[in-house]
Amino acid sequence: MDHLLEMRNLSIDLYRGRRTPPVKLVEGIDLNIDKKQNFGIVGESGCGKSITCSSIMGLLSFPLSVGAGSSIRFQRENGTDTELLSLPKKQMQQLRGKEISMIFQEPMTALDPMYTIEDQIVESLRFHTDLSRSAMREAALEMLRKVKIPRAEEILKEYPHHLSGGMLQRVMIAIALINNPRLLIADEPTTALDVTIQAQILDLMNELRESYDTSVIMITHDLGVIAETCEQVAVFYAGQVVEQASVDDIFHHTAHPYTSGLLRSVTSLGGEQKELYTIRGTVPTAGQFSSGCRFADRCEHCTARCREAVPPLTEVAPGHQCRCWLHASGAEKEAAR
Amino acid sequence: MKRLGQTIRDLWKDPMGRIGMIGILLVILVAIFAPLAAPFEPDKMVAMPKSAPSADYWFGTDNYGRDIFSRILYGARVSLEVGIIAVGIGAVAGYILGLLAGYFEGWVDRVIMCVMDILFAFPSILLAIFISAVLGRGLVNTMIAIGIVNIPVFARTVRAAVISAKGLEYVSNARSVGVRTGAILVRHISPNVVAPFTVQATLALSSAILTEASMSFLGLGIQPPDPSWGSMLSEARTFMEQAPWMAIFPALFIIVTILLFNILGDSLRDVLDPKLKT
Amino acid sequence: MSQENILLDVQHLKTYFPIRGGVMRKAVGHVHAVEDVSFQIREQETFGLVGESGCGKSTTGRSILRLIEPTGGQVLFDGTDLCTLSREQLRLKRRDMQLIFQDPYASLNPRMTVHKLLEEPLLTHFHLSPKEREEQIQWIAQAVGITAEHLERYPHQFSGGQRQRIAIARALICKPRFVVADEPVSALDVSIQSQILNLLMGLQQDLKLSYLFISHDLNVVRHISNRVGVMYLGRLVETGSTEDVYRNPLHPYTKALLSAIPKRDPSEEKERIHLEGDVPSPADPPSGCAFHDRCPHCMGICKEQPPQTRELEPGHRVACHLYNP
Repeated sequence: MDHLLEMRNLSIDLYRGRRTPPVKLVEGIDLNIDKKQNFGIVGESGCGKSITCSSIMGLLSFPLSVGAGSSIRFQRENGTDTELLSLPKKQMQQLRGKEISMIFQEPMTALDPMYTIEDQIVESLRFHTDLSRSAMREAALEMLRKVKIPRAEEILKEYPHHLSGGMLQRVMIAIALINNPRLLIADEPTTALDVTIQAQILDLMNELRESYDTSVIMITHDLGVIAETCEQVAVFYAGQVVEQASVDDIFHHTAHPYTSGLLRSVTSLGGEQKELYTIRGTVPTAGQFSSGCRFADRCEHCTARCREAVPPLTEVAPGHQCRCWLHASGAEKEAAR
Repeated sequence: MKRLGQTIRDLWKDPMGRIGMIGILLVILVAIFAPLAAPFEPDKMVAMPKSAPSADYWFGTDNYGRDIFSRILYGARVSLEVGIIAVGIGAVAGYILGLLAGYFEGWVDRVIMCVMDILFAFPSILLAIFISAVLGRGLVNTMIAIGIVNIPVFARTVRAAVISAKGLEYVSNARSVGVRTGAILVRHISPNVVAPFTVQATLALSSAILTEASMSFLGLGIQPPDPSWGSMLSEARTFMEQAPWMAIFPALFIIVTILLFNILGDSLRDVLDPKLKT
Repeated sequence: MSQENILLDVQHLKTYFPIRGGVMRKAVGHVHAVEDVSFQIREQETFGLVGESGCGKSTTGRSILRLIEPTGGQVLFDGTDLCTLSREQLRLKRRDMQLIFQDPYASLNPRMTVHKLLEEPLLTHFHLSPKEREEQIQWIAQAVGITAEHLERYPHQFSGGQRQRIAIARALICKPRFVVADEPVSALDVSIQSQILNLLMGLQQDLKLSYLFISHDLNVVRHISNRVGVMYLGRLVETGSTEDVYRNPLHPYTKALLSAIPKRDPSEEKERIHLEGDVPSPADPPSGCAFHDRCPHCMGICKEQPPQTRELEPGHRVACHLYNP
C-alpha cells in the first residue's frame, strides 16, 4: 500500500427504526492520506466530515453504522496493512491513542474534570507502554514543554477547570502526540477558541509537524484554517466529496461551483463591493437529497442533466478531482444517459 | 385546550400511560358510583364477623361483620377526596410561592425558600401528624395537614422551572422587544412550568393517598365508623392471624392506586418533555 | 463629527457583576465586565464592536439596552438618558431599539408560530386593527424573505439561516431606529452567513437603521461596519473608522488581533504577532494598562497607570501609553 490510510467507498447509515430504510449520511467517500501529510477536510455543518473521521477510529455508535462495501485500510507501525472496519474491538483499542489519535473541538468536555493533567497524560502512556511511573511523569513533562505550556511542572498537578481553553487544547495535543501516533485526527480543534489563541494553536501544530512523522487530518468549516495548515484538501458537501486537490489548486484552480461559491463568499468579505457574494438556498438535509447532483438547487451553472444524474468524481487535472457535470468527460456524460 | 387533548393522545400512545389512565379512571368511577356498586351499606353489620371471602362477601367481613368490599368502594371516595383536595391546597399555595420566589429572586426568594426548606426538613408524615395534632382530628384537618406538607415540593418545582425559564434566550428576547412582565410570565415562562407542575401533581396525589392511609392507620384521619383504606388497615392489625383478608384487600387497593398514579406521572413526564419529542 | 446626527452616545458605561460568597451571599468582589466604555453611533451607521470571548462586548450591548443594568455611566439615546428611565418608560422606548441574538435556535419561543412571534411586538407597542397588523406582518415577512405559508409554522421547522431571518423580522417589525446585533451570524454556516449579512445591510438602507454590530469575526466586522471599536478585558482600547483601524491599527492589541486572522489564501505571507499567555480574569485585571502583561511593547508606566484615551487622528482614538505626547 502506498498510502498511510486508504478509505474506499465509505458510507455511513443512520438507523431509523425497523420499518424505515436507513439514511445514508455519507456515501462513496474515497480518501488517500499519505505519510506525513496534512490533509484538510472542509465542509459545512451536517456535511458528514466529522462522522467520516469518527469511523476511522471506530467511534461510531448506534444509530450510526458503517455501510456495507466500505473499506478503511491503514498501514500499521509494524508495516502490515490492516482493515480497520473489521478489526476486533480489543485491537482497535490498542490502536486508538497509540497509532491513531484524535483531538476535539471542546477540550473542556474531552478531559475528565476529576483528574489532574498529569493523570490524564499518564493514562494514555500507561495503556500503551510499560514505563515506570517516574519515567511517564518525565515524558508527560517533556510533552507539555513541546506544546509550549508555561510552568509545565505546576500545570501537571492542576485540574482541567483551572486552565483556559487554549491551554486545554495544548494539553489535548500533548495527550494525542505523546505516543507518537502515525495519524492525528483534529476535529475543528480551533473552532471554540478566540482568534489569537487559534493562531497560536495552528502555529503550534505546524511547528510540531516538523518534529513528528505524524499525518494530520484537519476537519474544519473554516477555509482560513485550511489555508494555514493543509497540503491536500477534500471538500465535503451533503455527504459526498465534491472536490479534492492540493491546497493550491483548491484556492487557485477551483473547479467545483460549491467550492468557488464558498471561496467567493469568504473573499468578498471586506472587498470593495458592499453586496456579498452568496450561495443561494440552504444545505439539503440527509434523506432529502435529490437524485441528481446534490448541489443542483443552489448552483449557478445547473443544467437539466444535473438534476437527473449524480455526477461522477472525475479527474480534471492530475491529482485534482471534482464531482460536477461541467468537468465530466464526454464518455462519462454518455454513460449517464 | 388543544394541548390537553394532545397530551392525552400522547399518553394513550405510551402503553404505561394507557394503563395508568385506564386504572385511575376506574378508581374514580368506583369512588363516584360507590353507593350504586356496593352490595351492602358500609357501616351495617351484614354477616358473621370475620367471615372469610365468599361468593356473597367477596372480600370477606371485618370484626363487626361489615362487608369489606363495600367498605373499600366507599373508602376510595375518602382516599381520592383527600388526595385531590390536599394536593390542590399544596399545589395552589406552592405555585404562587414558587412563582414569586423564582421571578423576584433576591430576598423574597430567600425568605420563601428558607421557610420551605424548614418544612421540607421534617419527614412528611411527622409534619402531617404534628399539624393535625395542632388542628385537631378529622377529615378536613387531615386534608389541610397533607396540603401543607405538599407546599414545599410544589414551590421548589415551580421555582426551579421559573428560574430556568427566565434564563432562556427567548425570554430575554421578549424583554428586549418590550413585552410586559405579565405577558412574559403568561406567554413565555408559564408553559415551561406546566409540565413539571403536572408531573409533580400526579406524584403528589399518590403520596397524599399514602399519607392519608398512614394517618388514618394511626387514628388521626377519618373517624369511625366511616371507612378509609388506611383506617381499615389499622383496624385489621389486631386480627391479622384470624382474618388476614381484613388487611390484604385495603392494602392491595392502596398499593395499586399509588402504583397507578406513579405510572401515570412517569409517563406524563416523558410525554411533556419537549426534548423527547420527535 | 457633527453633533446633530448622533443617535446613541455612550458615556463612561460601567457594568460590574458582584462575585458572591459566604453564607449571606455578600458581594466579595466584582467582575468588571464593562469598564468605562464611551463611543457614539450616528444615524444609519454601523458601529462594529470586536474582541475575544469574555472581553465584555456582549455585556456592553445588553447594558446599553438595559437588559443588564449598568453600574454607572450614561447612555444617551436620541438625547434621553436611558439609565434614568423608569421600567415602564424604558419598556415603551424598546420600540425604537432592538436586539438580534446570536442563537436563533434559543431566541425564539418554540411554542409560538412565526405569525405569533411577529405579532407579539406589534401587540405590545401599537394599537392596530387586525387588518393593519396583518399588513405589517406581511410586509416584514417579505422584507426578510419568509414566504406566507411559513407563517403558520414553528421555529424548529426551519433551518438556522431561516430562523435568523425570523428573529430579524421580529426585531425589525416595529421599525426601530437602533439595533444591537449580538453575533448574528456566528452560529451560521459560511454559505448562509453572507446571505444574512446582505439582508442586514439591505434592511439598514431601507429602514434607515443604526447598528451596533457585535462580533468576534474580524472579517465580518470589517465588511459591515463604518466604524469599529476594539475591546479588551472590558475596556475599549481603540476606536476609529473601519478603514483607519484595519489599515493602520495603533494599539498593540489591535495589531496582534488583526495579525491573527487566518490567511485567506495559502500563498499569502503573513507576519504574525504572538501574544504571550491568556486573557486575564476580569475579576482580577492587571494593574495599570489591562493589556500590559501580554503586550510586546510594555513599559514601566504601563504597569502603574491606566492609559488615557487619546484622539491621534480625527476620529481615531486609542488608549495606550505608546502614544503619550
